[in-house]
Amino acid sequence: MPLRDHPVVVMGHGGGGALSAELTRHLFLPAYGGETLAGLTDSATVTLGGARLAFSTDSYVVRPLFFPGGNIGDLAVNGTVNDLAMSGAVPAHLSCAFILEEGTELSTVGRVAQALGAAARAADVTVVTGDTKVVDSGHGDGVYVNTAGIGLIPEGVDIRPQRARPGDMVIVSGPIGQHGIAILSVREGLTFGTEVVSDTAPLAGLVQAMLAVTPEIHVLRDPTRGGLAAALNEIAAASDTGVVLEEGAVPVPDAVASACALLGLDPMYVANEGRLVAFVPRTHADAVLDAMRAHPMGREAGVIGACVAEHPGMVVARTGLGGTRIVDLPLGEQLPRIC
Amino acid sequence: MKYIDEFQDPALARRLLDDIAGTVTRPWSMMEVCGGQTHSIIRHGIDQLLPEQIELIHGPGCPVCVTPLEVIDKALEIASRPGVVFCSFGDMLRVPGSDRDLFRVRGDGGDVRVVYSPLDALRIAQQTPDQQVVFFGVGFETTAPAIAMAAHQAKRLDVRNFSLLVSHVRVPPAIEAIMRSPDCRVQAFLAAGHVCSVMGTLEYPALADTHKVPIVVTGFEPLDILEGIRRAVRQLERGEHRVENAYPRAVRPQGNQVALSVLREVFTTTDRAWRGIGTIPDSGWRLTDTYRDYDAEHRFEVTGLTTEEPTVCRSGEVLQGLIRPHECAAFGTACTPRTPLGATMVSSEGACAAYYLYRRLATPRMEETTSID
Repeated sequence: MPLRDHPVVVMGHGGGGALSAELTRHLFLPAYGGETLAGLTDSATVTLGGARLAFSTDSYVVRPLFFPGGNIGDLAVNGTVNDLAMSGAVPAHLSCAFILEEGTELSTVGRVAQALGAAARAADVTVVTGDTKVVDSGHGDGVYVNTAGIGLIPEGVDIRPQRARPGDMVIVSGPIGQHGIAILSVREGLTFGTEVVSDTAPLAGLVQAMLAVTPEIHVLRDPTRGGLAAALNEIAAASDTGVVLEEGAVPVPDAVASACALLGLDPMYVANEGRLVAFVPRTHADAVLDAMRAHPMGREAGVIGACVAEHPGMVVARTGLGGTRIVDLPLGEQLPRIC
Repeated sequence: MKYIDEFQDPALARRLLDDIAGTVTRPWSMMEVCGGQTHSIIRHGIDQLLPEQIELIHGPGCPVCVTPLEVIDKALEIASRPGVVFCSFGDMLRVPGSDRDLFRVRGDGGDVRVVYSPLDALRIAQQTPDQQVVFFGVGFETTAPAIAMAAHQAKRLDVRNFSLLVSHVRVPPAIEAIMRSPDCRVQAFLAAGHVCSVMGTLEYPALADTHKVPIVVTGFEPLDILEGIRRAVRQLERGEHRVENAYPRAVRPQGNQVALSVLREVFTTTDRAWRGIGTIPDSGWRLTDTYRDYDAEHRFEVTGLTTEEPTVCRSGEVLQGLIRPHECAAFGTACTPRTPLGATMVSSEGACAAYYLYRRLATPRMEETTSID
C-alpha cells in the first residue's frame, strides 16, 4: 500500500522492498536528503581531502541472535563491510554501537562482542569508535547493533547501479537463499532434512580479486533484504535497463529449494549475507568469472543472465520450461502462502 | 532433487506441449480452479507456452482472494482487542479489509502472529493461558482438516482460551455456481489436486454430467498441469465430459478417510459469501453447534458486522472468466497491486495482479502513483 495508507510503521517498511523504498523517497529524502543520499546506494561515495571514500551504516536487529552459520556480531561486521565493498572500496574502519535490553545476560553480550571482533579481524577492518545504550526490559530483543564504516575507493573504479549497460553479463557469486532460510528455520522451529547454514561472509577480498582483473565492473550489489529480486529490480530501475535471467542458471541449494517449496516462498526473494551480484561488460565477463572462482568466496560463481535494452526497469526470468515470468520488486517481506 | 525436478523436466514438458498442440483444432477455454495451480502456471510461464487456441481462466481457488471483506473486517476487529493473540497463515496479513490490514493492526500494537499450522496456535494458547488465542481458519478443503484437528484437540484437551475464526470454502459448489452463470465461458475444469487428495473425486461426476463439462483432477508441478491440460483438451476435442484423475500419486476416489471423519465431526456446510462473487449456497463450512464455544465470531460477538465491497470492482466477473481484467474501469488506475480494490488484485496470483504485471512488460512506462499526500 502507498505510504499515505500507512499512518504507522509496519514491518514491510523494513523489508527492503517497495515499502522501504517509498518510506525513504517520500519521508526521509524530503526531510534531509541531498544529492549524495538521493543516489540510494548501499554506501555513499564522498570526497574528503582529495581521497574518495565509501561511507555506509547499517543496523542489525536479527532474531535469534545466534543462528546456524553465524550470529548478530558476524552480520554487524560483514553487512557493513559488504556495503562498502559494493562500491569497490577497500573497507578500513568501523564504528560499533550496541543497544542492549535491560536483563540480557552479559555472557550473551560477551559472545556477540567476541564474534564481532573475530569477524572484524577476518575482514581486515578495525573497530575504532563505539557507543553503548541500554533500553528498558521489553523494549528490545536483547541486543541490537549498529555499525558504520569507511573505506578507500581505488583510482579508476566507478561502481554504482546507474552504470549497468545493455550487454552486461549478470554474475552471482554463489548459491542464493541460505541466510534467510537459516534464520527462518531457527526462528520458526522448522527443519528441512538438512541444516541450512547462513552464508554470512565478508566480500571485500572477492571484490578486490575481481577489480584486479579489470576496473571495468559496472555494478556490484549484495542481495540482502528482498534477495536477488530486490537487488536486480533496484539496478534495473536505477540504470533504466532491463534484466533477463536464465532461471535454471541461478544456483539454489536443494535444502533452500525444498524449504521454499514447502512454505510457498520464492528463493529469488530470500535474503543473503555473503553473496554478490555483478554487472560486468561481456568482454570482461570470463576473466572476472575466473577470478571469482579462484577466490574462496566465489567458487560457485556463475553467469545468471544479462542486462538488456528491452523492458527498462523490469526483471524477467526465462523459466526452465522455456516460458517467461516477471520477477517483480517485493512489496515488503515475503509471506508464506496458504496453499 | 527427488520428486521436484522430475516433475519439472523440460524435455517431458515439450512432449506434452507438442501433444497438446497436435490435438487442439479450435479455441477452448478451461479454468484451473486452484490458486496454487495459478501460481505454478505463472511461476513457470506455462500459459505462454500453450497453443494460442487454449485460454486458461484463473478460477476462484485462491483463499486469500475469496475470503469476504466482512470476514477480514471481523479478523481485524478481533485482532485489535487487548488480550488477544491473533494467529494466521502468512499471506492473509496483507489482505485489505475496509480500512486496514493485519499488518496495520500489528503496527498499532495488536499481537498478530504468523504460524505455519493451526496446531501451533493451539500450542500458543496452552503456553499463554491468560491470553485469548484466535486462529484465522481460511482456505479450501486442503487446509480444513488441520484446522478441524486443532478444534478437536482444543476440545479434547479443554483449552478454553482458544478459538477459531472460520471462513472455509468448498470447490464443488463454486464450480456449480460458475457453470450456472448464463454467460459462462468455461468449457473444462482442472480440479484442484490437493483438495481432491482430502475429499476424493466422488463429488465431481454429477457436475460433469449435469453441465457436460470435462473435469480433470490436476496436480501442481509443471508436468502435472500440462498433463491435466492435455487430458482436458483430448476430452473437449472428442466431445466427452468425464472426471479424470491425472494426479493419481496423491488422489484416491474415496479421499482421505481420516481427514474426512474429523471434518464431519467439526464442520457442517453453510452458505458462504465469496469475495467478488457473492453468496454461494452450501459452499462453505462452519463449526458445528458442538464446537460453538470455539467459534471466535460468537466468543467476540462480531456476528453483526457487515461490510460492502467497492461497487466499481468487477473481480467477481473476472474470477468467473466473464470479463478479462483490463475490461474493468478501475483496472490499473484506482485498482493496482498496491491499492487493490478486489479479490483478484489482492493476491500476487490473482488474475488481475498477474495481468497487471504482464501488461507492464508490454507497456513498460505504466507507473503507479505513490505520492504521500
